[in-house]
Amino acid sequence: MSENIRKIEGITKESTEALIAETLSVYPEKAKKKRAPHIGANDQGSGSACVKSNKKTVPGVMSARGCAYAGAKGVVWGPIRDMVHVSHGPVGCGWYSWGTRRNMVSGIVGVTSFPMQFTSDFQEKDIVYGGDKKLKTLLEEAHDLFPLAKGISVLSECPVGLIGDDINSVAKTSAKELDLPIIPCNCEGFRGVSQSLGHHISNDTIRDYIIGTREYAEPESPYDIALIGEYNIGGDAWSTKPLLEECGFNVKAVWTGDGELEKIAATHTVKLNVIHCYRSMNYMCKVMEEKFGIPWIELNFFGPTKIRESLRKLAALFDDTIKEKVEAVIAKYDPIMQEVIERYKPRLDGKKVMLLVGGLRPRHTIGAYEDLGMDCIGSGYEFAHTDDYDRTAPEMPDATVVYDDPSEYEFEKFADALKPDLIGSGIKEKYVFQKMGIPFRQMHSWDYSGPYHGYKGFEVFARDVDMAINSPTWKLVQSPF
Amino acid sequence: MRQIAIYGKGGIGKSTTTQNTVAGLASIGKKVMIVGCDPKADSTRLILHAKAQNTVMDLVRELGTVEDLELEEVMKVGYGNVKCVESGGPEPGVGCAGRGVITAINFLEENGAYTPDLDFVFYDVLGDVVCGGFAMPIREGKAEEIYIVCSGEMMAMYAANNIAKGILKYASSGKVRLGGLICNSRNTDREDELIMALAARLGTQMIHFVPRDNQVQRAELRRMTVIEYSPEHKQANEYRTLAQKIADNKMLVVPTPLEMEELEDLLMEFGIMEVDDEENVGKAEGAA
Repeated sequence: MSENIRKIEGITKESTEALIAETLSVYPEKAKKKRAPHIGANDQGSGSACVKSNKKTVPGVMSARGCAYAGAKGVVWGPIRDMVHVSHGPVGCGWYSWGTRRNMVSGIVGVTSFPMQFTSDFQEKDIVYGGDKKLKTLLEEAHDLFPLAKGISVLSECPVGLIGDDINSVAKTSAKELDLPIIPCNCEGFRGVSQSLGHHISNDTIRDYIIGTREYAEPESPYDIALIGEYNIGGDAWSTKPLLEECGFNVKAVWTGDGELEKIAATHTVKLNVIHCYRSMNYMCKVMEEKFGIPWIELNFFGPTKIRESLRKLAALFDDTIKEKVEAVIAKYDPIMQEVIERYKPRLDGKKVMLLVGGLRPRHTIGAYEDLGMDCIGSGYEFAHTDDYDRTAPEMPDATVVYDDPSEYEFEKFADALKPDLIGSGIKEKYVFQKMGIPFRQMHSWDYSGPYHGYKGFEVFARDVDMAINSPTWKLVQSPF
Repeated sequence: MRQIAIYGKGGIGKSTTTQNTVAGLASIGKKVMIVGCDPKADSTRLILHAKAQNTVMDLVRELGTVEDLELEEVMKVGYGNVKCVESGGPEPGVGCAGRGVITAINFLEENGAYTPDLDFVFYDVLGDVVCGGFAMPIREGKAEEIYIVCSGEMMAMYAANNIAKGILKYASSGKVRLGGLICNSRNTDREDELIMALAARLGTQMIHFVPRDNQVQRAELRRMTVIEYSPEHKQANEYRTLAQKIADNKMLVVPTPLEMEELEDLLMEFGIMEVDDEENVGKAEGAA
């Protein structure tokens, strides 16, 4: 076991704990007590979480978290391309969540994909008199305008939950009248501590309204799988789906990147669920396992090492035909990947990265950085739970700092002390660190780039990381920090 | 499991009637849960002999989030193994009490409070259906049966009629029905006839006439229901009768609320409102 423990020069349990203590020292007593359990030094050998998580953000600190509505609109429901997604409430939530996640879609706009902004645009009168009649009209109009949309999701914003409008009853009546799946999602932003509850609520609505309501036209085959928790950010699914197909699988549905409602609805007939984003969709994998007996497997498509491991893990569950195809695929791509590594590794070897992303990537991308010779020296999530941190421990080098829902102050402090060569996080963090003179990549949206998944994605990833770190711009920046 | 919501004008005695009725049901061996849907949180005190139990929203406020709450912390068991939960909510004038009801009922559903062994769930709801939150108990899949507590006083009957309008709205899209009026007597003239007449106009029944008796107040001073405080007393019999009538009730209707004029005519007929000349309306006492 001890051979597998990775150490980073200059980082020890003591040094990390001293850094944490110093960081916490500026807080008032109460805030310090609350934040302390959320920051820790990784114990790689333990394979278990070193921090507390999924708790309410401490008042007064700046959190990077989103809300339940964001989790439903942006993550789970929004990417399904052949549906109309209604942001039910005042206009702002719908507007600012429109297209910002970069979940790409194919299809013909207005015919097979509907990436527009639909909102009930609540006014004073809708708050006072209730928005149920308006919603009913909206559903009829949306169906009139876009008769080819396969369904409509109704995503509640905060005020809908406050005035107590019964969207479930409107959805039920309209679904019958319009003969169309209409899914009410009670994902009011104030529910829960982060967007994570929005994922859970959305999974529950898929369970209650969608799964098992359709069948695939083609006959079943032993190689039918579904790709779960793949949101096609920057075209990720267009890298992973063909890769799995090349390995001999029939990818019957992608949840939910560039997703199609009817394919998702028929997923209860696949033989295996392959889950990428565990945090946002483990719920439905467990439901399908319990209800339909479908096993599931967690895979990682970041970087050639993890891809290779993942494909072999997957092949082990199937017959020799698949095993042979998978080996052939690995043999085909290994030299191509080697070429990418040879191109970029000399420019990135020994560089250090710190991460703060949603609930998956801070652990899933570590292998890809390591393929490029880089070390991850700090990692944390906005909204992960204990099971995510358990999965993080073996991936992170030993004694490195792990932070849950860190404040801006904490994150800056760690960056200042640890001097990473790259920070991977979101738009809210980007400019702060760039002004500190630290190269930065947005790791929610792939920073207007992508895909980063699969073999195809690794090449883009490597190029982008190199571009960020080795840009000559940084030599011209004189940071006062 | 039958889910029942109790509505009625504020101060009419909903909580007292509910708890005494529930105690009556418990005394004939029924398994019951009460869900108090009023920030005042006085829907369970007679069953629990407590001033006020910890409410769902009290604990949510303490913990910061509803996800950290456990069912055992908010569900207490009282007289006759009646399960008691109070939604709670803010003091008057701040926050959103309606959302408190939604949060509490969602919490109970998600945490398995509605166990199959329950025969009845009673929702004791604050005065009027002032917003969507207070209609939560009669949303689809929840209470399908409503009883309105009223008396022979004019405003109580107005309120009953208004509540019937609310039920009509929900009945048209769902399964909720009116089970009857419970007359909680204020000793007004011809009160039973009047409420029976109102019930008939609404298309329903006066399921029971609960006479006024100070024994109820004496029991309340000890934070008990009459059924527990003095099971042999004649008032305890009244509540047991009401409980049995509800248990046996098959008359569930979509109400036919009255227009304001019809209601006033009815009140005039019974002498609650005086017949006055339309031309005197708006004139002061001396001028008419």
